[in-house]
Amino acid sequence: MRFLVRRLAQLLVVLLGVSVVVFGLVRLTGDPVVILLGEAATAEAVAEMRAELGLDRPIYVQYARFLARALRGDFGVSLRYRQSALSLFVERLPATLELTAAALLLALAVGLPVGVLAALRPNSGFDGLVRGSALVGQAIPGFYLGLVAIIVFGAHLKLLPTGGRGTVAQLILPAATLAAYQIAVVARFARGAMLEVLGEDFVRTARAKGLTRARVVVGHALRNALIPVVTIVALQFGTLLSGAVVTETVFSWPGVGRLAVQAIYTRDFPVVQVTVMVTAVLFVVINLLADVVYVIVDPRIRVAD
Amino acid sequence: MSTAALPRQVAVAVPRRRRAVSAFLRDRMAVAGLVLLVPVVVAALWPVAWLPHPPAWSDLDARLTPPAFLAGGTWAHPLGTDNLGRDILSRMMYGGRFSLFVASSAVVLAALIGITAGVVAGYRGGLADVLVMRLVDVQLAFPLILLVIAIIAVLGTSLPMLIVVLGIPAWAHYARIIRGSTLVVVAAQYVEAARALGGRESRLIFRHVLPNLATPMVILTTFEIARLLLLESAVSFLGLGIQPPTPSWGTMIADGRNHIYEGWWVSTIPGLAIFLVVLALNFIGDGLRDVLDPRAHARRAML
Repeated sequence: MRFLVRRLAQLLVVLLGVSVVVFGLVRLTGDPVVILLGEAATAEAVAEMRAELGLDRPIYVQYARFLARALRGDFGVSLRYRQSALSLFVERLPATLELTAAALLLALAVGLPVGVLAALRPNSGFDGLVRGSALVGQAIPGFYLGLVAIIVFGAHLKLLPTGGRGTVAQLILPAATLAAYQIAVVARFARGAMLEVLGEDFVRTARAKGLTRARVVVGHALRNALIPVVTIVALQFGTLLSGAVVTETVFSWPGVGRLAVQAIYTRDFPVVQVTVMVTAVLFVVINLLADVVYVIVDPRIRVAD
Repeated sequence: MSTAALPRQVAVAVPRRRRAVSAFLRDRMAVAGLVLLVPVVVAALWPVAWLPHPPAWSDLDARLTPPAFLAGGTWAHPLGTDNLGRDILSRMMYGGRFSLFVASSAVVLAALIGITAGVVAGYRGGLADVLVMRLVDVQLAFPLILLVIAIIAVLGTSLPMLIVVLGIPAWAHYARIIRGSTLVVVAAQYVEAARALGGRESRLIFRHVLPNLATPMVILTTFEIARLLLLESAVSFLGLGIQPPTPSWGTMIADGRNHIYEGWWVSTIPGLAIFLVVLALNFIGDGLRDVLDPRAHARRAML
């Protein structure tokens, strides 16, 4: 319980810090009055607008105002779509969640068995292949992999669509591209966690009892090795979101990453702010949840804490 | 310290270093990393005048020439030409210096900030520690690429700006790892002894704490250069990094994006350079960790 309270307090501090950074980003964008009224506006109109927006007040008052509005979900209106920036973000969020969820599932479906099999035969040829591929997978830039996938499967083999969203076929290339790095991460951690658990006393006991190898591996070793692996996967959320920014751009996937990049190109700052702010908040909250789940599943952590 | 003590100290230091070098050279992955990295760095630093073609020179009659190993290719352009008839090999060699320069300068900046913050947090503890660690949490909460391109969109892009914008957010990894290592070093008996002898704080930090942080710093720097190289290429790919006509590996990939049907090599070949350098740096980082930090090696053998 004390752990939870402390983590929640930390969460609040971090969220405040995040809001200060985003507010700083808002201030850096320059005078919104000029953006809203244009360069030709009269001095009276500018002064009136400034007073109306509270820009004539001290900076800490402006920050408090920004924070109060942000808490109500009010990040202003998109300069391009003339629509609430937050609702624009919320509209695009399902597409990104679909893409990241598909990538995570793929990473687990491939990375987990591959990592576990490698751990069962350490230093074998298969193990070497897995470790080598994991290093390669972590060294390829995501946008480059996406481009190569488009060239091979789209432009030349004409097997799969290379852009847009709607059909399962359209999901395959972007999800696989986004998953490549995660597959490498999951495989490495699954291998490591399995190797560690396989050396533990309770596994030796299970073996000595004469249980079949399959039961020892799945029933005893894997169950315990899964805890760190699942935590790592949850902590990869931030990496996935960063990856989604690039992957969505390459595959014209209509999610929040592409929305953010387009907003940056068109200098649609309210939309930029909402994407930066909300993804950071999501990331912090998911990390907290992962921590809490970790403590619930593995009581040893609580003792160490 | 008397000069008489010096030779003995050197005599101890050299074999240890030599042992580390030979252990590093016995690590096959690390050597493979060096073998990959050295030629790419040499190529990136190759004098412009000695390049096969001037990097900005375009031969409009030779647009989208395939690489020499494909049908229709010529050895005049060993890796082919892009949509403007520019020699890809020359541009890759020339562009590499910008990619590598931005990534390594940004890492130096990140290291300066992160090591200072990490040592202060680990050495002082208390409020300073809490403050630094919460700032690290705030920094790590942002999806890095989004933050970087948002700042660049506001402030505009240029080579120095790119270094600052990539380097400053990267401080957090340094701070976190250096803080952890500092805690270990400060708890060691020799630091306690130096403190008990009444050593000044600055002397303690510079003579005893910092030298013992060399290992994690070197290892982390290798990985961080790779990470920032990937980030720089992504930012350049999105059109917010190094601006044309100056080539960088990321912008070259972006340039080729619209020509994947007629000339797939335009974007795929520069990407290989990024991939090879990052792979090489990861190999070298792993090798260094095994050699310099045997405990980590033991832990990693388990991993």
